Amino acid sequence: MKELLTILVGALFIENFVLSKFLGICPFLGVSKKRETALGMSGAVVFVMALAGAATWMVNAWLLVPLHLEYLQTLAFILLIAALVQFVETVLKKVAPPLYRSLGIYLPLITTNCAVLGSALIHVERGYTLLQAVVYGFAAGLGFTMALVLFSGIREKLETCDIPESFKGMPISLIAAALVSVAFFGFAGLVLPG
Amino acid sequence: MDSKLMKDVLTAGLLRENPTIRLLLGMCPSLAVTTMAQNGIGMGIAATFVLIGSNVAISMVRNIVPDKVRIPVFITIIAGFVTVVQLLMAAFLPDLNRALGIYIPLIVVNCIILARAEMFACKNGPLLSLLDAVGMGAGFTIALIIIGSIREFLGSGTWMGLVLTKDLFTPAAIMILPPGGFLVMGFLIAAVNKISLVRTGRLAVAAQAGLCGGCGDAENCAGCGSGNNAAGLPSGNTAAGLPSGNKAAGLPSGNKAAGCGSDINPGKRGAK
Repeated sequence: MKELLTILVGALFIENFVLSKFLGICPFLGVSKKRETALGMSGAVVFVMALAGAATWMVNAWLLVPLHLEYLQTLAFILLIAALVQFVETVLKKVAPPLYRSLGIYLPLITTNCAVLGSALIHVERGYTLLQAVVYGFAAGLGFTMALVLFSGIREKLETCDIPESFKGMPISLIAAALVSVAFFGFAGLVLPG
Repeated sequence: MDSKLMKDVLTAGLLRENPTIRLLLGMCPSLAVTTMAQNGIGMGIAATFVLIGSNVAISMVRNIVPDKVRIPVFITIIAGFVTVVQLLMAAFLPDLNRALGIYIPLIVVNCIILARAEMFACKNGPLLSLLDAVGMGAGFTIALIIIGSIREFLGSGTWMGLVLTKDLFTPAAIMILPPGGFLVMGFLIAAVNKISLVRTGRLAVAAQAGLCGGCGDAENCAGCGSGNNAAGLPSGNTAAGLPSGNKAAGLPSGNKAAGCGSDINPGKRGAK
């Protein structure tokens, strides 16, 4: 239990996917203009990342490792994630139409979100168990959510600021992201047991 | 095929349509591995290799692959080349391999590669695609070297491992930490914008910044949107329905599902 908590807090604050590992920067900069879209996107990401954690763990441990095909990891994972995203989309459409309407449009974008593939590769590298892999995917997704929602708040404020012409748009957003990242650096001092 | 066209294709990626600085593609590796100029070169070369391989392979199979399943096919081809790079690096450059870590397998999801496959390789022959890949790869590598050099110089006072600032100033360690990556990238794009403003009166980058709902870039969005076709589902244009993405691209919805033959080239649009 303590171990899982360590993974959770670690992935949320200390090695936040977006702000310290630079994974999922594209959606982080892309959909963070409005809080609603940020929430929708990150909801879909949390969901897919937790599922992908379980799916990639199973494929890796029960298929690739016994057959000595570890070198196919990258290929297997990306195809698995693409298929998983489609699967989730189809299931949601049938089972939970309201949820599909709010998350659906973000789902296709997740295949190329490097945070999903990144978390799968990291849990294999660290040799997590199935449960740990799921928790890690979930926590990393939550970390992504937190970064995205925090940042969207800042960007909404930036809209009304008087910014020099050449800094408008992406440059000022990146600089704001740098400041958020500095703030998150404070968490690096957290010492976790285990 | 005239030589002017070939030269145009080759040089497009260097500055005019530089994937990192002007089109804002492949941001994750450009921020993550650029703590040192050397890492930038390593990442750039690895990505260029994958880009060349995938561009040439895709342009060769482009007439055989049915439109509906092209994205899974492209991704499989790209992942194949990434695996080759991964194994080569682990065998011959173990240090670099360790420094770049998971960002090597993550080349698979580097938007530049899928974007070039969609935008260029699946519409042009192998030779032009090769030139395009070389140009784009070089542009990416150069951008990474620039970012890496700035961060290495300010953050650890060295360049390519040479000590430059022995008694000049105390290096600001923050520059080689994650915040420094965002900061340098922000100022670099602002500088490119400034130059472009002075020269042409137009912003080079900010105009498209954050317009695409999905990924911060229209071209990227085309890649993502077609990712929808990945499992061959008919709902190919869901991504086009994104609230902001569609407006940004200025395309009628569903255009992204139109496939290889359609003439969408946000790259050109972004650069003008």
